[in-house]
Amino acid sequence: MSSYKIIDHEYDVIVLGAGGSGLRAAVGLSEAGLKTACISKVFPTRSHTSAAQGGISASLGNMGEDDWRWHMYDTVKGADWLGDQDSIEYLCKEAPAAVIELEKYGVPFSRTDDGKIYQRPFGGMTKNYGNGIVQRTCAAADRTGHAILHTLYGQALKHNTEFFIEYFALDLLMKDGECKGLIAWNLNDGTIHRFRAHSTIIATGGYGKAYYSATSAHTCTGDGNAMVLRAGLPLQDMEFVQFHPTGIYGHGTLISEGVRGEGGYLVNSKGERFMERYAPKAKDLASRDVVSRSMSIEINEGRGVGKEQDHVYLHLSHLDKSIIESRLPGITEAARLFANVDVTKEPIPVVPTVHYNMGGIPTNYKAEVLTGNDSETVPGLMAIGEAACVSVHGANRLGSNSLIDLVVFGRAAAKRAAEIVKPGTPHENIGETETEKCLERFDKLRNSNGENSTAELRLSMQKTMQSKCAVFRTEKTLKEGADDIRKAYDGMGSISVKDKSLVFNTDLVETLEYDNLIRQAITTVDSAYNRQESRGAHAREDFPKRDDEKFMQHTVAWCNGRDTKIDYRPVTKTTLTNEVQYFPPQERVY
Amino acid sequence: MVQINLPKNSEVQKGKYYQDKTGSKNIRKVNVYRWDPSDGENPRVDTYEVDMDNCPSKVLDILNKIKNEIDPSLAYRRSCAHGVCGSCAMNMDGKNGLACTKPHSEIDGDINIYPLPHLKVKKDLIGDLSGLYKQYQSIEPWLKTNTKVETTEIIQSKKDREKLDGAYECIMCACCSTSCPSYWWNGDKYLGPAVLLQAYRWIVDSRDDERKERLKKVADELKLYRCHTIMNCTNACPKGLNPAKAIAELKKMLATS
Repeated sequence: MSSYKIIDHEYDVIVLGAGGSGLRAAVGLSEAGLKTACISKVFPTRSHTSAAQGGISASLGNMGEDDWRWHMYDTVKGADWLGDQDSIEYLCKEAPAAVIELEKYGVPFSRTDDGKIYQRPFGGMTKNYGNGIVQRTCAAADRTGHAILHTLYGQALKHNTEFFIEYFALDLLMKDGECKGLIAWNLNDGTIHRFRAHSTIIATGGYGKAYYSATSAHTCTGDGNAMVLRAGLPLQDMEFVQFHPTGIYGHGTLISEGVRGEGGYLVNSKGERFMERYAPKAKDLASRDVVSRSMSIEINEGRGVGKEQDHVYLHLSHLDKSIIESRLPGITEAARLFANVDVTKEPIPVVPTVHYNMGGIPTNYKAEVLTGNDSETVPGLMAIGEAACVSVHGANRLGSNSLIDLVVFGRAAAKRAAEIVKPGTPHENIGETETEKCLERFDKLRNSNGENSTAELRLSMQKTMQSKCAVFRTEKTLKEGADDIRKAYDGMGSISVKDKSLVFNTDLVETLEYDNLIRQAITTVDSAYNRQESRGAHAREDFPKRDDEKFMQHTVAWCNGRDTKIDYRPVTKTTLTNEVQYFPPQERVY
Repeated sequence: MVQINLPKNSEVQKGKYYQDKTGSKNIRKVNVYRWDPSDGENPRVDTYEVDMDNCPSKVLDILNKIKNEIDPSLAYRRSCAHGVCGSCAMNMDGKNGLACTKPHSEIDGDINIYPLPHLKVKKDLIGDLSGLYKQYQSIEPWLKTNTKVETTEIIQSKKDREKLDGAYECIMCACCSTSCPSYWWNGDKYLGPAVLLQAYRWIVDSRDDERKERLKKVADELKLYRCHTIMNCTNACPKGLNPAKAIAELKKMLATS
């Protein structure tokens, strides 16, 4: 592989990904005086954090009494008791300070009458441990993610973070079980770069594009997750894929839960507000897995709307026009553009759509990556944001808990790296083996001249995931899914890449992304097949009950390509401090 | 008379023609600008016959169809596909916009797709925005406050917050700046509408304590006053924002301060 010229870099810490969590980490690292590089395949403000709409949760109590312990209870319950309670305590306790910090950075939050940060109701967010709705979700109209992402990018500029933009990461550099950095391909000029670092922080987001219909961006391909798999490390809880109740029918564009937070509701073909039947207390503001399942049942039982009776309606035309204008302008535009709907007059056609991956790279609450063997960590490797499984979201994430996850654990990772890494520590020598192995895969894909186009294989993977590993699952669909997804994997043996160049070769980028996606898809299906219970977003029709005795455990899955190895590790049942007690499992009713 | 021509190696040539293979009766011709820095060839315009019976409604859907089914080598940026990330800004039918929000039904006849105007092209439809990003950094897009309060937010009235509406929504797609003739000629010095809109966003933020310094910094013959109120920017903005108005406000603030 000597034909590729390699450019070497040395940093104290590198951050892979420049979305909300990556940028927050980069800011913290720069502040701590660590020489930091932030590497991203897209310009930072193009990251998918920009698409987050409804808000960021924190018990500020601006709109009535609130307590971080209530937030913690809601998150534990939302997670269907698969979340690690030490991490959840950390998240909810740190949340208010993290939001205040964002405001100080300049995030243009919407305001209350007395000039404080505006907070709206959101699914599963309650007061006093499930007794009534609380307004906890801090919002910048319905463009909260956009506002936060642009502000964090500004902060990174303020701190002179060094960016490597439009660099596509290929693989981690591992030596004796430690991470020593990574290799990336500069799309701008086609050169290969080797980044050495004492700590590598993966912040590459989710892999929604393994599915056909997702609110995720084209670039949500979980590249960091796949790099971890190729490094021989496991991913955790991959069977937990969140379907957002309200993606625009036919297009998949997200319509914020904030619509229901502001008083919008779902109806079926009979005009019924069917959520009243499934969640008598929380109704349309039950957690996302519950609402998505209810919608799917309505559709499956013939009460869907439209020609094919395969979706339902989201009504908001009854809301005050000024509320729609000031708090929901973004979704008004999206509904017009992608559903041809004037929301002040007509309902939006919506359907459960793949939205978020609860699973990912297992970490502890300090963002250190775990080997899968008890609480042992991988030296030099951290993960944050949607790429990580820390696990605060467990089996189902609550809306607005993802943005807070980004900034709380982005900050935690920077703090931890600053404890471990002394600025300017010299780098030890590593051999060329890892680099060779990485470039071999790169070169092989680049020069492949087979029969199958990347787009065809990707489509087959996406359709398989969509039909075999969806809202409801059975042993049969998952078995078929496991077989079919391997056919899509085998197709790579004869893949074709037409473009052989190195500058902005998006044909090759998409092929590398496909290689990343398919490994995660296999891991997801196999993890789902092995979990014989229903919990959170994982609903097995053949095992409709939660089985705490057997499965109150995290799935840990290794994948070397075609084959997976599935194991389990215990959920953390202790809290971090005595300020709150462990919440034991209960029946989960909304 | 002096004749001004493009350098020989920049002349755009007629490219390949990709005939429809689906047998569709509903075909549109799509002409796409192509240039690959690695092959030493001139830029060219390739023509694709696209089956519109099986194509969703936006220009991005056409490009995806070409890339997936006809020619995987076509390079363009894209990500969110619903107008929030700003990746797929390009020139369609002579007008800048986001391919993911532009309906192809709004275009008559052949569909012509080019990179954003007056940027260095990196490959095909991918333009070099690094100059604009540097200018963005130069306006210091972060809050500067002297507040000592740490545990609560800075109070901002609803009315003051409203002043940010129409400015904070900018997605930095560069449709406005690359539609501006002043920016074409003086893009190295003139900040252009996108960056000036962001300068304005921080100047009118009631929480910011360096309004005066910020204003002084943009009050420059080249940085600001190269705006000649041509209004292409406002016309081009795919988010419906009005950078021309923000620039006018900046000029007004300077005239009255």
